Amino acid sequence: MGLTYQSTGQSTTREIFNALADHCDYAIALAGNPNTGKSTVFNALTGLRQHTGNWPGKTVQRAEGSYIYKSHRFRLIDLPGTYSLLSNSADEEVARDFICFARPDATIVVVDATCLERNLNLALQVMEITGRVVICVNLIDEARRKKIRIDIDKLGKRLGVPVVATAARSGEGMPRLKELVSDVASKRVQTKLQPVRYSQEVENAIARLEPRVQAIVGNSINSRWLTLRLLDGDTRLVHTMENYLNTGETVSVMPVVQEGLV
Amino acid sequence: MQKSLAPLLEDAQEIVGLRQNQLQDNIVASIYSTAEQIAGEVVSHTSPKRRDLDRQIDNILTSPIWGFPIMFGVLAVVFWVTIVGANIPSSLLATELFWIEARLTDLFMALNAPGWLHGFLVLGVYRSLAWVVSVMLPPMAIFFPLFTLLEDLGYLPRVAFNLDRFFKKAGAHGKQALTMSMGFGCNAAGIIACRIIESPRERLIATLTNNFVPCNGRFPTLIALVSIFIAGSVSLSLSSIVATLAVAGLVVFGIAVTLAISWLLSITILRGEPSSFTLELPPYRRPLVGQVLVRSVLDRTIFVLRRAVIIAAPAGGLIWILANATVDGASLLSTLAGWLDTPARFMGLDGFILLAFILGLPANEIVLPILIMSYVCGGAMTELASLADLRHLLVEQHGWTWLTALCTMIFSLCHWPCGTTLFTIQREQRSRRWTLLAALIPTAVGVVVCIFINNLVRLLDLV
Repeated sequence: MGLTYQSTGQSTTREIFNALADHCDYAIALAGNPNTGKSTVFNALTGLRQHTGNWPGKTVQRAEGSYIYKSHRFRLIDLPGTYSLLSNSADEEVARDFICFARPDATIVVVDATCLERNLNLALQVMEITGRVVICVNLIDEARRKKIRIDIDKLGKRLGVPVVATAARSGEGMPRLKELVSDVASKRVQTKLQPVRYSQEVENAIARLEPRVQAIVGNSINSRWLTLRLLDGDTRLVHTMENYLNTGETVSVMPVVQEGLV
Repeated sequence: MQKSLAPLLEDAQEIVGLRQNQLQDNIVASIYSTAEQIAGEVVSHTSPKRRDLDRQIDNILTSPIWGFPIMFGVLAVVFWVTIVGANIPSSLLATELFWIEARLTDLFMALNAPGWLHGFLVLGVYRSLAWVVSVMLPPMAIFFPLFTLLEDLGYLPRVAFNLDRFFKKAGAHGKQALTMSMGFGCNAAGIIACRIIESPRERLIATLTNNFVPCNGRFPTLIALVSIFIAGSVSLSLSSIVATLAVAGLVVFGIAVTLAISWLLSITILRGEPSSFTLELPPYRRPLVGQVLVRSVLDRTIFVLRRAVIIAAPAGGLIWILANATVDGASLLSTLAGWLDTPARFMGLDGFILLAFILGLPANEIVLPILIMSYVCGGAMTELASLADLRHLLVEQHGWTWLTALCTMIFSLCHWPCGTTLFTIQREQRSRRWTLLAALIPTAVGVVVCIFINNLVRLLDLV
């Protein structure tokens, strides 16, 4: 029943990475597992009416919208809902490439308060690529109803990034989310990431390879993360990365639904 | 200088050696255990019972025994509420809107307006708008919110779960149950939803068969026809139940055709094995009823209605012109309908019905209003003031029987997709051939089924 202006209207396919600079002060990516209420958060922030529904994989069109907070314009890009960023599927690759190459000023990771553990996997992977993350613990009303308590402050300290509890359906926590996103995007708040520690064997391998990775990519790409992907043997990413480093271009294209396009 | 990571990749392989798979698992395991550890530190449960309740509900809703009866029951309740609820506002709206039409006519008379202007604007444009609003609006305003509530509750994935094995057997993807459900709202939206199916073969099957479930443009047509024909033929207390069963039966028929055609496609032009997938059953959520009402009325009902009105207004004018422009003493409308009459009668329809389907290509919502318009314009200018009059028009003046209604409903279920849907298929598949096929397959099914039913019934002398 996804009958909305967006779903029946014409949509355009275009190179999203070039679109970021247009008329906005900050670009914000919205990531999260499927069915965590990402579209609802998107709608609550932008005032748009993307179709929402309680089933995974519902958002088949990527949405883009914007909102104004304290006289700055924030452009919000809704990424595909994924469980990880290890590029097992086209969606995961799109989400990962966007965070890695388009380098949004902040990335909101929406996690489901009722199954935090499973959702944190994605959040941890995003935080390996970029430190400019805000964690949005959504469906907090649902969690309360199920008698699940989450220590938001402790979670923030543990992860080293700002965390906010929200119930996007009713708008709870949305002003705070906007505030935190603005803080991170404008670098008023510096995040102090606590990276995932790997086994001794992996850490040794990282220690051997990372300095040489950093020598090539500089500070534009997180070298620890890229080193891990090299150890993974992710040849597709290496290919895209070389392209990016040499030409500043990436190959990923994703369809975008534009605001107000009927 | 060209930057290259290839040497580093080689070095990485050297460091890792032959244990690459093991290392990948190792990395993933570390991430998972970190997540587990953090979650353990910050999350505290005071009641572990809730999750079990969801599981228990799932066990009933997706059980092999109860799953299907419950699904059919839910469908029937939704239709029953829609049919019963839509009846009264429909007649009220019709009465009001045609009272306004009479006043408009008075106004045109008083202003001494030329007859053709009054005919075109009032009897053409206004009257078709009045039909669209009174026939389409009430069922939509009830059906949309009900369906949205079910969706927000989390029932759709359970439907997909129940239907999965049937789609597997038909050689299609289990997620097709979800894209099919989207089709109940709008086939164009259903076609776009097919993107969730990764394999191109299965996505194509889902795309080509999406049109067999009635969209919101066609539901009111079905509901109106069922109400008109059942309401008059059985006692009043039974009529709404019989009407409900009829609509639910048509939907089940549509799903059966979807499965049959999917199966045919998967053993002929789109051969292959169905791919497996994991379907997550999301937790049930209490829908925000107020928000659902507002959103579904504003976003969906008004949107669909607006589209219908935009297309119906010019269509109404066009029909009035066709009905009143005469060549050799016969109106263009009846000449056109006359050409279509012979093949249409063979399918249990008549020329006007087939013409209405053809003229309704831009939007299915306007097929029934167009049909009423062409009947009214073509014959004596009866004033239609209620649904009872509509029944009179169809049965007494144009010889409809229950067979005509049945064939019309089946053809409504199985004919070419509307313009928007065809446009969407073309955009998604980027192939004229598949778009053409998406129009030809349902049409062929509709023609064959209608011819079969019509001739069988006549052969058995049931009419």
